[in-house]
Amino acid sequence: MGEMEQLRKEAESLKDEITAARKAVQDATLQDTVSGTVVVSRVQLKTRKTLRGHLAKIYAMHWSTDSKLCVSASQDGKLIVWDSYTTNKVNAIPLKSSWVMTCSYAPSGNMVACGGLDNMCSIYNLKAKDGNVKVMRELAAHTGYLSCCRFLSDAEIITSSGDCTCVLWDIETGTQKTVFAGHTGDCMSLAVPLDFKTFISGACDFTAKLWDIREGQCRQTFSGHESDINAIAFFPNGNAVITGSDDATCKLYDLRADQELITYQDSSIMCGVTSIAPSLSGRLILAGYDDFNCNIWDSLKAERVGVLAGHDNRVSCIGVTADGMACCTGSWDSFLKIWN
Amino acid sequence: MSTNSNLTTMRRTVEQLKLEASVERIKVSQAATELQQYCLQNATKDALLVGVPTGSNPFREPRSCSIF
Repeated sequence: MGEMEQLRKEAESLKDEITAARKAVQDATLQDTVSGTVVVSRVQLKTRKTLRGHLAKIYAMHWSTDSKLCVSASQDGKLIVWDSYTTNKVNAIPLKSSWVMTCSYAPSGNMVACGGLDNMCSIYNLKAKDGNVKVMRELAAHTGYLSCCRFLSDAEIITSSGDCTCVLWDIETGTQKTVFAGHTGDCMSLAVPLDFKTFISGACDFTAKLWDIREGQCRQTFSGHESDINAIAFFPNGNAVITGSDDATCKLYDLRADQELITYQDSSIMCGVTSIAPSLSGRLILAGYDDFNCNIWDSLKAERVGVLAGHDNRVSCIGVTADGMACCTGSWDSFLKIWN
Repeated sequence: MSTNSNLTTMRRTVEQLKLEASVERIKVSQAATELQQYCLQNATKDALLVGVPTGSNPFREPRSCSIF
């Protein structure tokens, strides 16, 4: 019993140390720093395309790095690869399990992945010689639902799960390379930066964690949210992280200052954030909410500067193209919309 | 025994906290300034922020004929 009490005391003292160290570098606030910058003028984006074809709620979408193709996953049991310029369906992939919660496009464009209540991540080869899209691998080991997945390359993918862990997989062998354990609640979302050396995860323990992929360790933990973090993304320069939560707020955490810099909230917004994506410069943060809308925030001034209204049900997913030309929203109303 | 696993978990928690406490932190003023600079420097390339001329918007049909 002695050691347990000692360890508890040590843990409390370390937490105090971290709080103090974060305060010690708080020589300014983001608000002060940007006081001379003007809020962006009202952003009015229009729906340019509506992608119709899914027959049930859309749970996830992900852009290809070419900024033209994208993949969406719906509980109608299909993954659809779309040409967003023409609205044509390039592939309609029937899934073994219709309870899909996430999908991802490989940076190479050669593969897509998905998973959900089947606890597995299924990898599909889009470029098979015979032209048929087939399951290439089924990555099974999670003991909870698959909430998110992101390819690092054609050889590696990272998954987050309701079993509170994230896993780095070797796609070729179908085995787990690294298990990232530490969250004490379901992992809901993950994001990978451009250098592929780290990744961030958001969970139902109200925290976001930054992980070193090769070391397999959690480097930093960010608190502050008062409910589940459903969505997470990197700020475009890779030095900050934006999160969206059931507590109706979004937050920006700076990785190098190791703390929250600002919260995006409004007393009129009382529903959870489902999805989040920054614009190319990071100046705009687009966030999808349970109230069927998507709010656009000025990331520096923390003011709402626009709304994307057009869906008849919850906005479940959002993504901005790599070239910054457009954003796509996916909804429980079964449609995807492209805006710019 | 649950006592042993609680102990192991607690030891791990303390090790993890030590790691996170040792992170090198930069000043918020520097972090905030660099975020702001990044936004301002890339603003002109940000189509959602500054808009897209109709002719070069791949998501819009061209209104007039192009002569090549």
